[in-house]
Amino acid sequence: MEKLKLIEQTQVREVPEFIAGDTVNVHYRVREGDKERIQQYEGVVINMRGSGANKTFTVRKISSNVGVERIFPLYSPSIAKIEIKKRGKVRRAKLFYLRELRGKAARIKEKSRN
Amino acid sequence: MSGLLGIKLGMTSVFDEAGNLLPVTVIEAGPCVITQIFHEEKDGYNAVQLAMTEKKEKSTTKAMKGHFDKAGTTPKRYVREFRDYLPEGLDLGDELTVADVFAEGNSVDIAGTSKGKGFMGVVKRHGFKGVGDRTHGQHNRERAPGSIGQSSDPSKVFKGMRMGGRTGNERVKTKQLQVVKVIPENNLILVKGSVPGPKGRLVEIHNA
Repeated sequence: MEKLKLIEQTQVREVPEFIAGDTVNVHYRVREGDKERIQQYEGVVINMRGSGANKTFTVRKISSNVGVERIFPLYSPSIAKIEIKKRGKVRRAKLFYLRELRGKAARIKEKSRN
Repeated sequence: MSGLLGIKLGMTSVFDEAGNLLPVTVIEAGPCVITQIFHEEKDGYNAVQLAMTEKKEKSTTKAMKGHFDKAGTTPKRYVREFRDYLPEGLDLGDELTVADVFAEGNSVDIAGTSKGKGFMGVVKRHGFKGVGDRTHGQHNRERAPGSIGQSSDPSKVFKGMRMGGRTGNERVKTKQLQVVKVIPENNLILVKGSVPGPKGRLVEIHNA
């Protein structure tokens, strides 16, 4: 069992700490043929699940009036950078209720710094 | 085929260079000791007998004790034969480790004893489809096998008719699994995909 954990730990990389409700900008490496470029994806984190290499987070944004959700593996080597834009003030770990809300109602209050 | 004994430790995931998340099974493979070598001229076939995991001397029979003494090793818990495998330059009592036998990117076949499932119905045991309807006259037959034969001719159920019964706990070999990583320091090997049996059970890893 110890040795299994050992393997899991080798997969974990240094990533900034964030939780559901935070607004993040994910710089994701995209391969097109043999060229590589960085794609940015900004939105609200609505879910974090799993552990070890399997840990993922879901980022939701509204793109041309359509709700888009994208799931990223947290420790994926394809993620070049995760920028934290805003710390949200929320009272739960899973923000699936945002899917029902639009516009002004779907805003998240910013956490006051202290 | 060259191979090694191992203990299944469990499953996890690892990233490859391309950034894909691969499901892997972690196996503690070896180190194994050669306890007997079979030669075609003498025994009728070529094989090597490998043993791993320490065992108490008091719980070893005298016959096995003598066998291990001959190879010059301490008593071992698991002993298995690997057919058509004659490690060159190695003799009785020599040790084989993961790095000696496996290389990253190669394929392996893994044999083990599958998890025992107990008495299972025909849907789980033989992959029958079941009735497929909950309505249209069905009330308690969703996973029933259907007819098991004819009437007065032949007046019996043929032998080998697939029915419910004890399932699992049998030898299963999973073929062509890719070796994702070999970690010699910890005697570990990571293979892509699942492997028969529960965590902690013995598996045979054969180079495919």
